[in-house]
Amino acid sequence: MLASSASPVGATGPAGLIGIEGRVGVSKPDPIVVADGIVRRFGGVTAVSVDHLEFQRGAITALIGPNGAGKTTFFNLLSCFDQPQEGSWSFNGTPLRGVAPHKVARMGLIRTFQLTKVLSKMTVLENMRLGATGQRGERFFAGFARSLWSRQEQEITGRADELLERFKMHHMREQFAGQMSGGQRKLLEMARALMTSPELVMLDEPMAGVNPALKQSLLGHVKSLRDEGRTVIFVEHDMDMVFDISDWVVVMAEGRVIAEGTPEQIGQNQAVIDAYLGTNHDKELDGDMGNTTPGGPSDE
Amino acid sequence: MNWTSILIATVSASIGPLAVANILAAQGLNIHYGYAGLFNFGQAGFMAVGAYGVAITCASSEAGGYGAPLWAGVCVAILAAVVLALLMGLPALRLRGDYLAIVTIATSEIIRLMLRSEAISDFAGGNSGVNGFANDFFAASWFTNGKRFEWGPFSYLGKDLWVMLIGWIVVAVFALVTFFLMRSPWGRVLRSVRENEDAARSLGKNAQAFKLQALVLGGVMGAGGGIMLALFQNLAVPDDYVTRTTFIAYAAVILGGAARVGGPVIGGVIWYTAFQFMLSLTDEAKRNDLLPESLAPNAALLPFVFLGIALMCLVIFRPQGIFGDRKEVELDAR
Repeated sequence: MLASSASPVGATGPAGLIGIEGRVGVSKPDPIVVADGIVRRFGGVTAVSVDHLEFQRGAITALIGPNGAGKTTFFNLLSCFDQPQEGSWSFNGTPLRGVAPHKVARMGLIRTFQLTKVLSKMTVLENMRLGATGQRGERFFAGFARSLWSRQEQEITGRADELLERFKMHHMREQFAGQMSGGQRKLLEMARALMTSPELVMLDEPMAGVNPALKQSLLGHVKSLRDEGRTVIFVEHDMDMVFDISDWVVVMAEGRVIAEGTPEQIGQNQAVIDAYLGTNHDKELDGDMGNTTPGGPSDE
Repeated sequence: MNWTSILIATVSASIGPLAVANILAAQGLNIHYGYAGLFNFGQAGFMAVGAYGVAITCASSEAGGYGAPLWAGVCVAILAAVVLALLMGLPALRLRGDYLAIVTIATSEIIRLMLRSEAISDFAGGNSGVNGFANDFFAASWFTNGKRFEWGPFSYLGKDLWVMLIGWIVVAVFALVTFFLMRSPWGRVLRSVRENEDAARSLGKNAQAFKLQALVLGGVMGAGGGIMLALFQNLAVPDDYVTRTTFIAYAAVILGGAARVGGPVIGGVIWYTAFQFMLSLTDEAKRNDLLPESLAPNAALLPFVFLGIALMCLVIFRPQGIFGDRKEVELDAR
């Protein structure tokens, strides 16, 4: 369904990334998001300065980098929750500069937040129903006439139930979202984002604060998004997740993109290893050093 | 102490015209604060605009008005409330919650002081306001206006009964509007905006537009309260619309339970029951020289002191109000 909207320029999905040179700003065969010359300054600090970056359609791209690298700011810029001083960027060829965030969401670019934003005083089901776009009953006067929207509401509820089933949250359907644990909130946020049938899902630290058992199922869900033909871009500190599921990795440091490539290429890139992973990151497997290795690939 | 007269006064006031006006304003605040999470501290401004809208449109030309029929006055009042909501909302809704509170409280005071001012006193009557515009309203009454209708120990004047009848019908209409809107997807988006604006935006909802619609809707309800108050008194005076009026409406919302359709109605009735009880009690006590000498000159303020304390206790021990769900109120807003 989603793949049909892809342009026929080149191979879409992860396949298109095979054999591409791991060089900053390299062009992809079928980009969904293209960013050019984006500069965001906060006072005298340049938080983001990206010359050229493309994200491949249908693939999972990880955005990594040390704290303060500008990953979340870049996310905010791409999803129009923040506006840069300079630069242009597009989604499916539509320029996004100056577009209101809710309009970007309606185009099919949905993002989640680093600090989960579930709607605490609404039930899980209400959270899910809210996600559906194009609801007739959301217009003021149509709200009074139930007959105008009750059928659509049923259809939305059906879709919400399916997703809740898939994310194994169906038993919490009627609970307030505010009663859920941090990890469950992450799941709910992701499921809610899917209610919009997005083409591109941007996840800001989906694994932060999630327990290991739940992590595995979250990983599975992220992969299933790609299998459905959706594009995923995520910010993450968890290197296991990054190397496990991503097709492409973009590394940022001090607001700039310092490297991009396949996980294998990035794992061998000396600049990345020095800037981010720490010089001893591959010594972890040395028996005597074990888990106490300083500078290992930990979060912070 | 005449306890019967205290009791009769209390029960009569609980559903009386003043209670009705307060409930209407509170229903508007419930939309703003309860459902949309907007800290509107200027509901008195919407009431003032409603009251003067009717007053100036309907008063005779000798009184500085336009002598138009009542329906025209009500239309002007509603239109004025819509304009005020847009004027206030377009710039102010971009602000965070507490800044909106400052802007709205300032706006309502500006409106009141403007209505008081000499500069437009030909028009708004300055300090003494506009009067004698409700004759059409009372002419349409189903009850003989001057007659006293009695039920056992309770009695109301015909004109008060007429105000109460129309007022409670409007209360019911506002409650129905709130009920139907809030169970619709429109209400769901509004509550999501209250919970987290950015989350609503990230799901493609135009949070700004929903907040503006809520401000207009609640503002029109507030104007309804102002209209009823002005018609009841056959008088619109600026000092009915001091900030205290807003806070009394807030008290009704919080007492009853915010974001509950019946909250402001029951809350408003309870507030006026308690208020009238304290008022009659201090009055009787003063008449019988039961008040300490130091308090006697300020007896009129005592009810406010007691109710202030009661309200504090309510917020501490029952923050959800009467209809609210404690679990829901205590959920963190993360």
